[in-house]
Amino acid sequence: MPETLSSTSVGLVTPQVARFDTPLRLACGRELPAFELVYETYGTLNETASNAVLICHALSGHHHAAGYHHVDDRKPGWWDAHIGPGKSIDTRRFFVITVNNLGGCHGSTGPSSENPATGRIWGPDFPLMTVTDWVNSQAMLADRLGIQRFAAVVGGSLGGMQVLQWAMSLPERVANATVIAATPRLSAQNIAFNEVARQAIRSDPEFFDGWYSEHQTLPRQGLRLARMVGHITYLSEHSMGARFGRDLRTDSLNYGYDVEFEVESYLRYQGDTFSTRFDANTYLLMTKALDYFDPAGEHEDDLPRALSTATCRFLVVSFTTDWRFAPARSRELVDALLRAGKHVSYANIDSPHGHDAFLLPNERYEAVLGGFMTRVANDVEQATGGNS
Amino acid sequence: MRADLALIYDWVPHGARVLDLGCGDGTLLAALSAQKQVTGYGLEIDSDGISRCLEKGVDVIEQDLDQGLTNIPDDTFDLVIMTQALQVLRRPDLMLDEMLRVANECIIAFPNFAWWRHRLSLGLKGRMPVSRSLPHAWYDTPNIHLSTFRDFADLCRQQGHTITDQAVGNGNREGQWRHRRWPNLFGQDAIFRVKR
Repeated sequence: MPETLSSTSVGLVTPQVARFDTPLRLACGRELPAFELVYETYGTLNETASNAVLICHALSGHHHAAGYHHVDDRKPGWWDAHIGPGKSIDTRRFFVITVNNLGGCHGSTGPSSENPATGRIWGPDFPLMTVTDWVNSQAMLADRLGIQRFAAVVGGSLGGMQVLQWAMSLPERVANATVIAATPRLSAQNIAFNEVARQAIRSDPEFFDGWYSEHQTLPRQGLRLARMVGHITYLSEHSMGARFGRDLRTDSLNYGYDVEFEVESYLRYQGDTFSTRFDANTYLLMTKALDYFDPAGEHEDDLPRALSTATCRFLVVSFTTDWRFAPARSRELVDALLRAGKHVSYANIDSPHGHDAFLLPNERYEAVLGGFMTRVANDVEQATGGNS
Repeated sequence: MRADLALIYDWVPHGARVLDLGCGDGTLLAALSAQKQVTGYGLEIDSDGISRCLEKGVDVIEQDLDQGLTNIPDDTFDLVIMTQALQVLRRPDLMLDEMLRVANECIIAFPNFAWWRHRLSLGLKGRMPVSRSLPHAWYDTPNIHLSTFRDFADLCRQQGHTITDQAVGNGNREGQWRHRRWPNLFGQDAIFRVKR
């Protein structure tokens, strides 16, 4: 945390925990008898509880989206560029909620939690989660916080899929939906990359079919490889080229397999840090949730029909150099929304940063997201008669 | 509101489903939706225009008109509007057909190259006209397909479309736009209402 805090930071924040003892029925047919969700909030809920914004996180995200947990934190939350006083999602006007999804490894019930039925940790027995399951659990948290209807549900990548699911399955609870760098379904290539990541983890001898923690070990090598391959898909060819080129770590080639190129060093570093802070079973589960998401598939491949239940206003955003979920995939969604006669706006933001662009500051991105969210805030305040 | 937009505003029926090609900052769509319960979308590529639309709550889709309207099914809209964009398109003839594919009716406004001052500039001075409706020099103009009031009427006829209304106005896009005699000579901007 910087010594003098910027006026656009939400500052120090403390995660909270909500415990639910009502069973949650899951898409896979199983049931979670009880669970906990860890979450953070920024800003103040207005009297009519109409200014709440839900932020949904992506594959390796969590509830800590903005501000700092401790004064000695080096980095703020993962979406601090866009959440805070005066930022695109303005915490002076909105009450922002961010949740760690079920199955996660940052405090919400997941594979590393204890299974009450066995007294052991869940491990690989933890049920596979779907985007719909996450939406249902987030809705239970909204009930708990007294929020009937969100002013907006916002998310990027896998988070954007949750936004879509909210809009389709709980339309009366969403006034506006912002779907960023997402896709209505994964392509064969997307699933293929996920499968490489899963195989990397599952073939690690330290994986022990998911029971690594009972063997007091971690499938570090597998998780490291999974992250390395994933990370390549988050960056663009251009951004990798601009950042690393063919730069060498040493003065000359050393004709061996140690790190030679800067890009190798970078990927290894990314893999190493990730492999100690993220849970392998969670990673597997999250990639499966991505693969399974396919609302059109549930409606004879008719995406407009899948979207027909939605009543909110949509903002869809893509980034020019994103090849993981390319602009064309966002266009599919926009065209389907248009065919379904829904309120939709779309912007394709020029950025060199590939898929990762959705996490980064960018002037035009902020103008688009900020412009849309300003209108949302105006609508909320108009309905409540003046400032909330 | 600009005079050309005000005239179009009057022409748009209550509750129509409208597509506005090159919707700019969304002024027309915002007014139509607030006062005439019109629904629909604007297509725009200018980033400032898109941001202004979002702030107004106008549904705007970033789309390059030169890519066509292939993503829009037949008869999705009642009306397509295009102001001051025809002359920058690569193929205005194809766009006219596309507009009348996705809707039964369209309204098109564009600068009239045959306006008397434009003629004077070219005919007497021997120079490419520069005016309020054509503010660019020949070398940096985005206007690659300039046409006249009469040219456009011919194109509509050739493509089998029916002109149901037409008017001209001044290049400031102010004052009252109207029908007048010799529009090809005295109209600085032209506006047409065309049906299939």
